[in-house]
This record gives sequence, structure tokens and C-alpha cells, in this order.
Amino acid sequence: MAMIGLGHYLVVSAILLVLGVFGIFLNRKNVIVILMSVELILLAVNLNLVAFSAALGDLVGQVFAMFVLTVAAAEAAIGLAIVVVYFRNRGSIEVEDVNLMKG
Amino acid sequence: MIMMIAFYIFAAILLGSAALVVSARNPVHSVLFLILAFFNAAGLFLLAGAEFLAMILVIVYVGAVAVLFLFVVMMLDVNFAQLREGFQRYAPIGATVGLVLFAELAMVLGGWRVAPGITALRAAPMPAGMQNTAALGDLLYTHNILLFQLAGLVLLVAMIGAIVLTHRDRRTSRRQVIARQMARSVAETLELVAAPLGAGVAPGEFRRPKPLEEAAAPHPVAPHQGEGH
Repeated sequence: MAMIGLGHYLVVSAILLVLGVFGIFLNRKNVIVILMSVELILLAVNLNLVAFSAALGDLVGQVFAMFVLTVAAAEAAIGLAIVVVYFRNRGSIEVEDVNLMKG
Repeated sequence: MIMMIAFYIFAAILLGSAALVVSARNPVHSVLFLILAFFNAAGLFLLAGAEFLAMILVIVYVGAVAVLFLFVVMMLDVNFAQLREGFQRYAPIGATVGLVLFAELAMVLGGWRVAPGITALRAAPMPAGMQNTAALGDLLYTHNILLFQLAGLVLLVAMIGAIVLTHRDRRTSRRQVIARQMARSVAETLELVAAPLGAGVAPGEFRRPKPLEEAAAPHPVAPHQGEGH
């Protein structure tokens, strides 16, 4: 981190976050790609946390990034389980059809 | 200098593969580009000096999460061409929201600066002469042990939830019927044969386990469909 400025990391993670949000809009029907976009957004958050941690010399950012990683893994597992169950019941994973509960 | 070059290579591949994740036609390709993106993010973590997180990223994300995605994408027999309908329809609004978001982020990035005296506010300054992994473990197991255990609990709940959601009850599975197990008597399980000295037991004289209909005769039990022993 001695040579690479904090701003470089922030720009990269900002672009990554925007790409994730764009992916959610672009793949409105495919819930698996939406989950992957959420993973990208969380990766951008982690990149931000690590960059600030390295720039300020504070380790708490890396601890926080580890917890974000944990929650992201749990979220992916539960999300994919829900996708599998939904596909078993409906034979499709179109997000726009998800109105079983009429909510 | 070499670090700058490595940074730009990692960042370019990371952003390129992230763009391909959201725009690939085939979701399998999306997952593969996601793996590439994770690898390059791990490279960026390494350049920032977070070695432990970089390795964790490769192990957890590439080894577990991305493979999970790959399994689900390949196991579900989904017509992915149909899922891509409306791709062009949603692209303008997505691009608009993305551009607005990026403009806001750029405004923030252009205007922020570190507050003076922020180094005095650090909660856990990196100890000198200590490796990143050791320092992180020190901090995690000393000051954040409760959060660490709670993170493990989150993973446990996620694991149980995923199993409960996707577990299917098979009719053919042989499972334990505790009532039947408790109702067994010695007579239907065990057969005592008197063996004469030097002769042994004739081959057809005892069978183990005893057949069910023989065993059930003195102690009638309704036959279960799953045999629990």
C-alpha cells in the first residue's frame, strides 16, 4: 500500500459496486445472476474495507471484512437453497413469477 | 512500480470479468467469470497487505461459494434463453441507475479527505513486526471473540436452513422407528440353541437374524413399511 494510493482502490470498488447494481437491473428474471451480482457488491464493500484498513493502518477493517465474507457465504447458501426449492415446486426460476403469496 | 503495474492488471481483469458476469449469455460462463473476479480481488487484497483475507477469499469464495453456484446452475434444468427475455428492455433503466450511482460515488470520491488526527482514533493499530495473519488472529480471538462465535452461529443456522429447505423425504429410506425398537423382546431377536458337546450345531438348525414372520408370530406387531432395527 506504500505506492498504491487509497483513491485507486476506491475507484475500483466504486466501479465494481455499480457493475453489481447494473447486473441486478439487467438480469431481472434470472435469480442466480442476481445472487452473483449481490456477491459482486459485497466484494466491492470488502475491497473498500480492506483499502481503508491498509491506508489507515487499522486492523478492524479487515476483521469487519471477514464478517462480511461470512455473512455473504451464508446468504449464498440460503439463497441457492431457496432457488432449488422454488425450482422444484414451479419448474422455473423467473423472479417475476414469484407471486405465490400474493404479497 | 511493479506494484502499480500489478494493481492495474488485477483491477482491469477484475472489472472486465465483473462486467462479463452480469452480461454473459450462459450462467455457467457467469460463474466462471465470477471465479476469475474473485481471484483478481484476492490479488488486490494481497497488494493492500491483507494476506489472510486474500487467502480466505480464494478458499471460501472460489472453493465454496462459486462451486455452489456452479452446482446449482448445472443442476437446475432451466431454459436460460427464456430468462434472457427483456434483457434489452431493462438495460436502459439499469444503465441510468448505474450512471446516477456512479456519478454520486464520483462526487464523494472527488471531495473527501481524511480528517486530521485520525490516526489517534484507530481502534486496533497494526502492530509493528507482526505478520498480518498473526495480528488478525490476535485481534479476533482476543477482542472480538463474541463476534467470532456469532459468525460461526450464523454459518450454522445457514447450514441447517439450507438442509431443511432442500431435504426431500424419501419413501424408500430405512429409518429408525423407536417404538418398534423398544417393543422388541428377546424372544424375537435371539434364539438359544443347545449345542451338544463335540457335535456343534447342524447347518440348518439356526439362522440369524431370525426371519420376521417367525419372530412376529408370538408377539404380533403390525408390519411397518420401514424396518427399524
